[in-house]
Amino acid sequence: MSRLSPAERALQLTTVCCGLLVAAMLALMLVLAWPLLHSGQLLSLIGGDWQPAAGRYGIAPMLVASLLLAMVAVLLAVPLSLGTAFAAVALAPPLLRSPLMLGVRLMSGIPTVIYGFAAVFALVPLMRQWIGSGSGFTLLTAALVLAVLIAPTMIVFFVGGLRAVPQSYSLAADALGCRPVDKLLYLLLPQAAPAIAAGIVMGLGRALGDTMIGLMLAGNSAIMPESMLSTGRTLTSHIALVIAADFSSMEFKSIFACGIVLYLLTAALVAILRRALPATARP
Amino acid sequence: MKSSFLAAALGCMLLFSPIGANAGALDGFAGAKGTLKIAGGTAHIPVMKEAAQAIMSTNPDVQVTIAGGGTGVGIKQAGEGLVDIGNAGRKPTDEEVSRYGLHMVQWAIDGVAVVVHPGNTVKALSGEQLRDIYAGKIVNWKELGGSDKGINLYDRDETSGTREVFLKNGLKDGAVAKTANVVVSNGAMKTAVAGDPYGIGYVSVGHIDATVGPVALDGIVPSIATVKDGSYKVARGLYSLTKGPANGLAKLFLDYLLTPDGQKIATDKGFISVL
Repeated sequence: MSRLSPAERALQLTTVCCGLLVAAMLALMLVLAWPLLHSGQLLSLIGGDWQPAAGRYGIAPMLVASLLLAMVAVLLAVPLSLGTAFAAVALAPPLLRSPLMLGVRLMSGIPTVIYGFAAVFALVPLMRQWIGSGSGFTLLTAALVLAVLIAPTMIVFFVGGLRAVPQSYSLAADALGCRPVDKLLYLLLPQAAPAIAAGIVMGLGRALGDTMIGLMLAGNSAIMPESMLSTGRTLTSHIALVIAADFSSMEFKSIFACGIVLYLLTAALVAILRRALPATARP
Repeated sequence: MKSSFLAAALGCMLLFSPIGANAGALDGFAGAKGTLKIAGGTAHIPVMKEAAQAIMSTNPDVQVTIAGGGTGVGIKQAGEGLVDIGNAGRKPTDEEVSRYGLHMVQWAIDGVAVVVHPGNTVKALSGEQLRDIYAGKIVNWKELGGSDKGINLYDRDETSGTREVFLKNGLKDGAVAKTANVVVSNGAMKTAVAGDPYGIGYVSVGHIDATVGPVALDGIVPSIATVKDGSYKVARGLYSLTKGPANGLAKLFLDYLLTPDGQKIATDKGFISVL
């Protein structure tokens, strides 16, 4: 076994620390939520509805709203991101490609609260008019903005995957007389499929974890959403709304149920991501 | 000529300078040093900011930081010792006072007004109508003499002090329909109602401006005058809390709020003086 250089040791140590931190977070949440777990309240919290006045503190409506919002946002963002990635890799005039990617990177740096703030004034009144009733603060409003928010993350993944396709394949396709669109559909897309899957999972994770967009645009009613046009409260918004409650209240304890559910959902997503990733790293 | 210009310039400086105006009330801060951390109720923030500015411009050695978060945060952070002064829009409960050893100072009174879009023709409601609207029994403006449009309810988060006063004194502990939109501050409420022609919400009287229309409740228009004379009933005290008796900068700050100059800031921001 070869000796590790100090730099490698330092990196190794950092990795171990980061890993421990993540494990410690789960442990902390489990300890804090122990009273809930121990008394078996956790399951009723996850399955029940939110009626603090009636002593019911379930987070099922938030769980459904979170999943619905994140999935619709991803559904909206995938075509948007795929199109942008295709343009940046193959379809746009070569001179426009790097400015396009620069724009995408800039977008990924804009704080989410800016998107939310702009949408309150620009998108919400439009949605109110378009839906014809209600306030315009709906899950769909939030999903539209969330789609724009997660698109840069997905685009960067997609572009990376498309660019990683070996040049020799591309030359062979050219020699066969493929047009750029043929090359994209029959060569690049199938070859980059694992990276695209990874990008989608990353986007879903980001959509699930985002707080500001849901909090500012989805309306925050703690009711089971009937459709994308009704208002809803996500798990993360719920944490933000209830965090100021008394430490010993059930409202506050429900935050830990939210935290554990979010943690497990994100962990499941990362597990899926890891299954997708090794394939992209192949030679 | 030259001297009269100088005199005019000096006059202007005195007129516009908070230093000149507040020198007497701020004498206590002479020689004081350090940082004062304030957090909590969002209704308190405009007053806190103005007072902090006056203090910091006479004494640059004092730093005052002001954060929002709501009444719940104010009580909790003051109690946990995370901030020097925690602001609350309600009296802390006996349990909170005894658990944290809180001391409180009431320095203003605030009314909570029902607001609608300025273009809304419904300008007056009875207490019963208001309860029915928030309970989800009245769902269309037509039933109140307005246009044939659904009513969009806006509510605050459960830990808001403004909400607590509204629920207790406005809705008489009535229910709020689960479909209500929830916003997180007085400012966000104003933005939401100002942008929604068919919305109804509530803000602290100090936050009312031309962007929203106040609604008379049982014939009484919410205003500073009606809150002050007690005829408008949806009102509350504004409190600042310290863990244990206030001392140091926190005491200086709270004393300043209770001077005529401090009270003037509160009244300028739409609240009612306690003096």
